[in-house]
Formats: sequence, C-alpha cells, structure tokens
Amino acid sequence: MEGRGCNDMLVCHHGVHPSLVPQAMGRLGKGGGTGPYPLGELLFCSAMCTHINPCSPDANTLWHGVVRRKAACNTHGQDSSYFLGWQEYEKNPYDPKTNPSGIIQMGLAENQLSFDLIETWLELHPDALGLRRDGTLVFRELALFQDYHGLPEFKKALADFMGELRGNKVKFDSSKLVLTAGSTSANETLMFCLAEPGEAFLLPTPYYPGFDRDLKWRTGAEIVPIHCSSSNGFRITKSALEKAYQQARKQNLRVKGVLVTNPSNPLGTTLNRSELDTLIDFVVAKGIHLIGDEIYSGTNFADSPSSGGFISVLEAMQGRQNVSDRIHVVYSLSKDLGLPGFRVGAIYSNNEAVVAAATKMSSFGLVSSQTQYLLAALLSDKEFTRKYVSENRRRIKERHGRLVEGLRRIGIDCLKSDSGLFCWVDMRHLLSSNSFRGEMELWKKIVYEVGLNISPGSSCHCDEPGWFRVCFANMSAATLDLALRRVEDFVVSGGHSSGDDDNGRSGRRRYRIKKPSFARWMLSLSSSSDRRSERGC
Amino acid sequence: MRLIVPLQAVVQGRGGLVLGSLIPCALFYLLQLYLRRNRPSSSSSPPTSSASASDLVELATIPRSLSRGLLSPRGAGGPARLSSRGVAVARDDDNPYYVGLKRCPEDPYHPSSNPRGFLQLGLAENLLTLDLIRDWLVSNWKESLLLDEEEEFSIRGLATYQPYDGLMELKMAIAEFMGQIMQESVLFNPSQIVLTGGATPAVEILSFCLADPGNAFLVPSPYYPGWDRDIKWRTGIELIPVPCRSTNNFSISIASLERAYNQAKKRGVKVRAVLVSNPSNPVGNLIDRDKLYDLLEFVSEKNIHLISDEIFAGSIYGSDKFVSVAEIVDAESFDRSRVHIVYGLSKDLSVPGFRVGVIYSYNEIVLAAASKLARFSSISAPTQRLLVSMLSDRKFISEYLIINRDRLQNMHALFVDGLKQLGIKCASSSGGLYCWADMSKFIQSYSEKGELKLWEKLLNVAKINVTPGSSCHCIEHGWFRCCFTTLEEKDIPIVIERIRRITESNLVS
Repeated sequence: MEGRGCNDMLVCHHGVHPSLVPQAMGRLGKGGGTGPYPLGELLFCSAMCTHINPCSPDANTLWHGVVRRKAACNTHGQDSSYFLGWQEYEKNPYDPKTNPSGIIQMGLAENQLSFDLIETWLELHPDALGLRRDGTLVFRELALFQDYHGLPEFKKALADFMGELRGNKVKFDSSKLVLTAGSTSANETLMFCLAEPGEAFLLPTPYYPGFDRDLKWRTGAEIVPIHCSSSNGFRITKSALEKAYQQARKQNLRVKGVLVTNPSNPLGTTLNRSELDTLIDFVVAKGIHLIGDEIYSGTNFADSPSSGGFISVLEAMQGRQNVSDRIHVVYSLSKDLGLPGFRVGAIYSNNEAVVAAATKMSSFGLVSSQTQYLLAALLSDKEFTRKYVSENRRRIKERHGRLVEGLRRIGIDCLKSDSGLFCWVDMRHLLSSNSFRGEMELWKKIVYEVGLNISPGSSCHCDEPGWFRVCFANMSAATLDLALRRVEDFVVSGGHSSGDDDNGRSGRRRYRIKKPSFARWMLSLSSSSDRRSERGC
Repeated sequence: MRLIVPLQAVVQGRGGLVLGSLIPCALFYLLQLYLRRNRPSSSSSPPTSSASASDLVELATIPRSLSRGLLSPRGAGGPARLSSRGVAVARDDDNPYYVGLKRCPEDPYHPSSNPRGFLQLGLAENLLTLDLIRDWLVSNWKESLLLDEEEEFSIRGLATYQPYDGLMELKMAIAEFMGQIMQESVLFNPSQIVLTGGATPAVEILSFCLADPGNAFLVPSPYYPGWDRDIKWRTGIELIPVPCRSTNNFSISIASLERAYNQAKKRGVKVRAVLVSNPSNPVGNLIDRDKLYDLLEFVSEKNIHLISDEIFAGSIYGSDKFVSVAEIVDAESFDRSRVHIVYGLSKDLSVPGFRVGVIYSYNEIVLAAASKLARFSSISAPTQRLLVSMLSDRKFISEYLIINRDRLQNMHALFVDGLKQLGIKCASSSGGLYCWADMSKFIQSYSEKGELKLWEKLLNVAKINVTPGSSCHCIEHGWFRCCFTTLEEKDIPIVIERIRRITESNLVS
C-alpha cells in the first residue's frame, strides 16, 4: 500500500517496514482506552523517564521526525523494555488497601508532599476557584481572555514568586516573561526561536529523557551530549564542553547553545558558582545561547548558601557585559507547586526578540484563563507562598533523607544532592555485568521482582551503567518505607545478579552478596504468577 | 548613513525627483544593513546555505536589541543569533487583521464611559450567550472542581499529571456535544479525539502530522487570516489560496482546486491536503452535501488529505442545514483515513479563554502522533474538569444551543439589515459569528490599496475594526468581515451610523 499522501515518514513506514506498523499502533496506544494500554500512558512515560532512541536520524530529513520518529522509535526493540515497565505498572499499580503487592511508581517526578497546604488555601479562598473578585464574578473577562501576553496579575505574581525562590537576588520583570502550557512547551518554543532545523544544542548527561522529544521532534534541532562522569560527581567541566562542541562540529552540526537543568534532573544536584562561570564563559566565547531550565529551583533544600545551594543562571550572569541577551530561563509550576495538571510553564529572557517571538508562539500552548486567575490569587498571597516554600522544602528534605538513609542501610549509595524530587542512585555493584545490558537486566528485576518502577540511567543517556533515578515525592512515607523494605529483601536475598565482575568494586559493598542459584533465577523469570507471588513485601 | 542625508536635502527642493531618489536610498540602506549583518559572522561558521537572498533581506531588519549585539565586541563566536523562524515570527506584525485586533483594546468602546472608543468587529467571539454559561458556573463550579468521587475536598484530580491529549471524560463529553450540535446526524467516537489547548494548536499539530516543510495545502480563499500564522510559521508548510468568487457566493470550485493542484505540481511543490472551513470563515456559507462529495472525490483522486475546520458548526443561524464531513464519510465508502476535523469550544460555547481545541481524525497513525504532540499544548486540568461537568449537563446544553441560535439569528438579521440601509450587501450566509460585507462601491480605486484605505478610515476615523478581504486572501477587492456577536443589540445603530459617515464621504469624493 502506498502512503495516502501522508508524510514521507508514513509512506516510508508503510513501504519499508510494514511489519512494524501493527506493533507501532499498539504501542502508540490511540489514547482512548481502546488501545492495549490505558489512556495517556505513553504520554506519561515521556514526562518521566522514557527512553527515546535516537533512531538513525537521516541528516536531510531530520525534521520529518514527528510521525516517523515516533512510530519507528517505539517499535525499536530496545524501547520495548521501558514500556514494559510502564505497562506493568499500569496493569498492577500498588495500592495500600486494594493491591498491597502491586508495583510502586517511583519513576514519576511529581510532588504530592504539600497538597494539603494548597487545599487549605483553596478552602479559605473559594473566590479564586469560583472566578470571583471581592465577591463579584469575573467570569466574563476570563471566558473571553485569550491574549497571549497572559493575565497581567498572574505574570506579576509569577515573577515575584520566581524572585522569592531565588532569595530575591534576581529581580524578575513580568514583561520579559512568556507563559506557556508547561515547561515542555517552553523548551520547545525556545528551540523554535533559537535553532534552525539541523542546528544543535549541547546538553550535559545524564539528562531528562523527555528532551529527546521536546527539543527535537518538531523543531528539527539536534542534541549533542556533554559527557559527564561520576568521577567528579557529574560536574560540567570546560574540557567536556569543548569536547562536545568539537563533536558537534565533527557531525557537521552548528551549535546554537547549551541547555542545562539546574537543579539537575535526574541528578538532583545544583550547579555551583564555578560551573556557572564556566558555562557563561563558554557561551560568550562561542557566541551561542544558554538555557537554564530551573523548574526544580523551589525544591532546593540546602541549609545555607555556604553549603552550596541553588544559584540561578540569572544571578550568575549579573555584573557581566554582553551576556544578558543570550541567557534564557525556563520555569514551571509543575514541580515547585506540585501542579503539573495545571500546565503552567514560562520562559524568561532579556532578549527582546526572543520574548516577542516566544510570546506569539505561545498561542500554540496558552494557559487557560481560569487557571491563570486561580494561580494569580494563590501566588499573590505572599504570606502563603512564603510559608509554602519553606514548608515544602522541609518536607522534601525530610523525604529525601528518608530515602537516602534507607538505601544506605541496605548498602546502596546515592549521589550527594540537595534538590529535586528524586535521588540518583548508584547500583553499580548490583549489576551482573558492567554494561547497559547488565543495567537492563537489573532494571527488569526491579520492576518485576521487587515491584518498583524506577528509571534506568540509560534512559537518561547516562554514560555509565548502574545508575537509576528514584522518585520519592509522589507517594506517602509509608509507601516509601515499603519500597525500601522490598529493596532490602531483594538485596539481602541476593535476588539480583551473581556479579561476575567482583573485582575492583567489591569495596563498595556493605553486604556480602550470596550467589543465587541459577534455578532460582530461572524460576523467578519463568511465569508472571510466580513473579507476582515473589513480589510481595 | 551619512550619504543618505545630503541626498535627501537635494531631493527636498524638487518634488518630482522624490520617488526616483528614495528608491536608490532605500536600496543602499538595505545594503548597509545587509553588510552589517554579515560582517560579524565572517569569523564564525558560514551562514546556512539554505538562506536565500530574500531571507537575507528579511534578516537585515532584525530588531534593535539584536543589532546592538551585532556591533558589540565579540568573542570568537560573535553574537548569539536567533533562528530565522524566530526572527520572522518576532517581526510579523503588519497584517491588518492583527493590527486592528491590537488597536481596539487600547481604547475600547463603552456606551457611557467611552462612547468614542473602538468597536471591535474584527474578533470572532460570541458574547451573546455568556450570561447562560456564567449562571451555570455560579451554581455549579464548586462541585465540578473540587469534590472527588467521595465528595471530599481534594485537588488531587486537578494537580497531578493528566494525559496530555485530554481527560477521557472530557473527550466523551465533547464527542457527545459535537453530536448534539450536528443534531445527532453523526456519532462521534471519543477515541478518535485528541484535545489540545485551543483550535490554533489543533490545526498546527495536524499540519505537522500531515506535511513536511516545503509541502503545501490548498486553501479555498477567502480564508481565516490566522492560518497564515498558525500553519506557516513553524511547520514550513505553504498555503496556496484557491480563489472563490462572489458570482457563486464564494462556494468552492473543484475546477480551481484542480488548477491550483496542477500549478503546484508544475512548480515541484507537493500538495498534501485541502483545508476548508465549514461554515466558512470569513464568508459564513456552508459547504453543501454535493460539494462535500466532490471534495472527497477530489482528495481521493489526488491521494491527499482533507482537513475540515468545523469550529463554527454550532453557530448556525440560517435555514440551511449544516452537514459535517463526518456524516458523509460515515455513510459512504470513502477512505476515511484521509479525513480530519478540527473543532473547539471557543466559538460554539464561547469560552475561548478556556483554550479547548479538538482534532477528530479517522487516521490512527495521525491520532497516535497528534496525541503525543499534544504534550506541547495540553489543557489545564481544572478547566477540563469544569467543562466535563458543564457539557455533561445535557439539559443545560440543549437549552443553551437553542437560545444561542435564537440570539445569533436575531443579531444577524439586525446587523445585515442595518448594512442594507447603507447600500451594503452581504454574501448569503448561514453560520459563523460574522457576515461578509461587500463595500466595493465605497473604495476609491478597485485594488488592495483602495480596500486598505477604506479599512484604515473605518479603523482610524470611524473607530470600527473589521477585517479586510485582502487579509483573507480574497481575490475580489472591497469585501470585509464584520463580526456582530461582539456587539449588543443597542450597539448596532451606532456601528451603522459610524460606517455611514465613512461610506457617505467616500461616495461624495
């Protein structure tokens, strides 16, 4: 069958890989509950840690991407295992009452720790939800409000809130703020504004897997990794930057900028002053842009500035000449306020042309007026935001400590971090072989046997096998404890691999791990009912 | 720059030479800008080979803030440049449609506090039935937003990640609403729906799915001016206007489509789809059943797609019955996978601020792709919950639809009548929130320039914003789209009076 005038990608898809199509259709899950997977499951994946394989981008057809890349990628054998995890979770989600042996979702960077604070506020301020101001209805203006410049009171409140999160060391001007439907859209819009199809942005690894979609799909831009390694705690160095730049050159890609997540997703670390200086020097020297994705800025729980803590790229650039119009910040309320369902993101830039272009492009992803109104009221309540920010930090810190401490008792270390809704967990000593195959093996066991859905480092383009991102803020403390108990049982029972490569890394271990019998291992993989029975706590 | 000044001085004395001298001056100025732009890039990597001469001229006029960067002392790499599409989007401001839209809110009309302000007839929004929606919200917002299944106060269902392509509950409610609008002549399947933040991203996402940069859509013109932004800006798709004429009330001609298709082919441009609006925006006429058959046959024969924008399907005031393309494909054996419908709640439910758009497609791959691309423009969950409850209130919705139709009918009749008194005829229409008025006898030269002159007078003197036909790529001059649902009944005489002042003075001179 020839394509019906669809994109080349579809045509080629039909023509070249007919066998892939039905599979692709299944995977893509038509989003109506009619597909084999529940609604939106796949879309969720991308918001969390799903791997999109850069499947052989043909340089000339880079930005044909959308359908083809999607269709082809998801049929890619390697991808299937990731979907397996999500599929398993959807089929068998943990619930303390109804399904206590189900899979615990730890792949979702969602902040549910402070919902009660927002709920209380809403109960005290019903006007905000009821679209009232001082008792009178503001429905009419809101129903019709579709100005892409955004609701002024909301932008003002958001600008103030962003300033507050940065200790008021940076003053935000609401006229330089562009509202978007989530940071997903903010990142894409910036790519559209800054890069031509076929131009590249440098990203330090490991990075948020969603970027493979958000930055590349429709814009035709490319990502070139800046390789960071555990040897220096995944810090960004000048030589790594330079190497990535040269690498891009080698691939005939013109580099248009560097994008960093700060605090980092998935590491949970913040960029220190010297890293920021290195980055700024670098982009100035190369004449390129720097995007600071700071959507986790409010999760930073460092006690004092001396102990590190979050420094905004906008703060770091202060006092420098000729940099302000090449630095752009992405923000969102999904993590700091825990409101991803509200789809509120923002771009902040000192570059007038970027603000002008992004503002117009935001018509492709505007925030509902009702939501803007509600959040304007919430964020304008300074007393509430102050209380919320500090209490939310306290709870994240406590939860973070609980996970780190719990894992340490089992002999598993985490990268030292002070932000985020997750930890970057080092399970290299549990791998059967020091390879991504080994990582995948272990990951499958963690999903199937331990009953936790976590994100393997390879999905975040980490260069070293054995690291996992584990989220802790989307569940209750009791659930987290249960997850830890499951991990402990798994490690103690030696349910993971036999560890062929003991040499050199045995020092990391706190536990002497029993070699499990091969038969036991086979059994554990043999049937799903067996798996389920083993999975319990 | 220095050269330009003396030249101007010389010219000033001799009026006749003005034009002859300005052109070389302008060219020289552009050249300077062009050189200035290119100088700093000499040390960085060479400009992309794809940049054509016209692109360079476009780039030459990048805004101030950037040229400052260009001149500043630079490192090895020079200034940080925007992409060409970023620059183009930042600059794209001069279409009268947008100019007019921007002017009105600066000084809006109010009967008592600002009787000389601008009257907005350029924005297709429906203010006629807002009171009904408001009343419903007043009594229902709390239940619909905050109470979970156990009637507990909770934001969990609002705050957490939701499917990017919309809540299933809302898809079901919208499918039902669409069916209701089409008087149950079509059964819409919720699983064929992808929800987006407004019809704008819906159209763009569909375009991304159906065509590659450099491909084209055939679009019967006059067409909605927003498409030039919504579709062309980021997808790189070309829109080819296929002219319709007043002689047959601007109905689509398959022969013209055929011609346009062949011309594009000759140029080496691949046509991927025909894009129509039904009811037509800006004319307000409907595509009848036979024409829909013809269109489907045309796209089948050419092996391309058909996108039908039916966003005004529920805003019908005329006697003709609206027929959705969905009804035809359901009944006949056309290949459905090439048919896609765009819908939204901004017009028929008059809540544009809530940003709800719909892609309804019969093509599973397109649906799969679109539902993923919806991640860039998802609808806020609180808004979705609110709409689920509102649309599920069938009694309210059916009452709303009846009243809305009555009020539309009434306003349309009054407005068209008023124009008739001025000797202005409107194209025969049945739907939409506007009429398509023929003011060609009031334009002084039968050209786009003449039309824009009248438009400017209407905007600046009469303080009435309407949309000139040229913004809609209308091939005939002197047509204007006038939205009447932004007015109250008592505003109509004022509007008519303001137009009269312009038209009379134009007839006299």
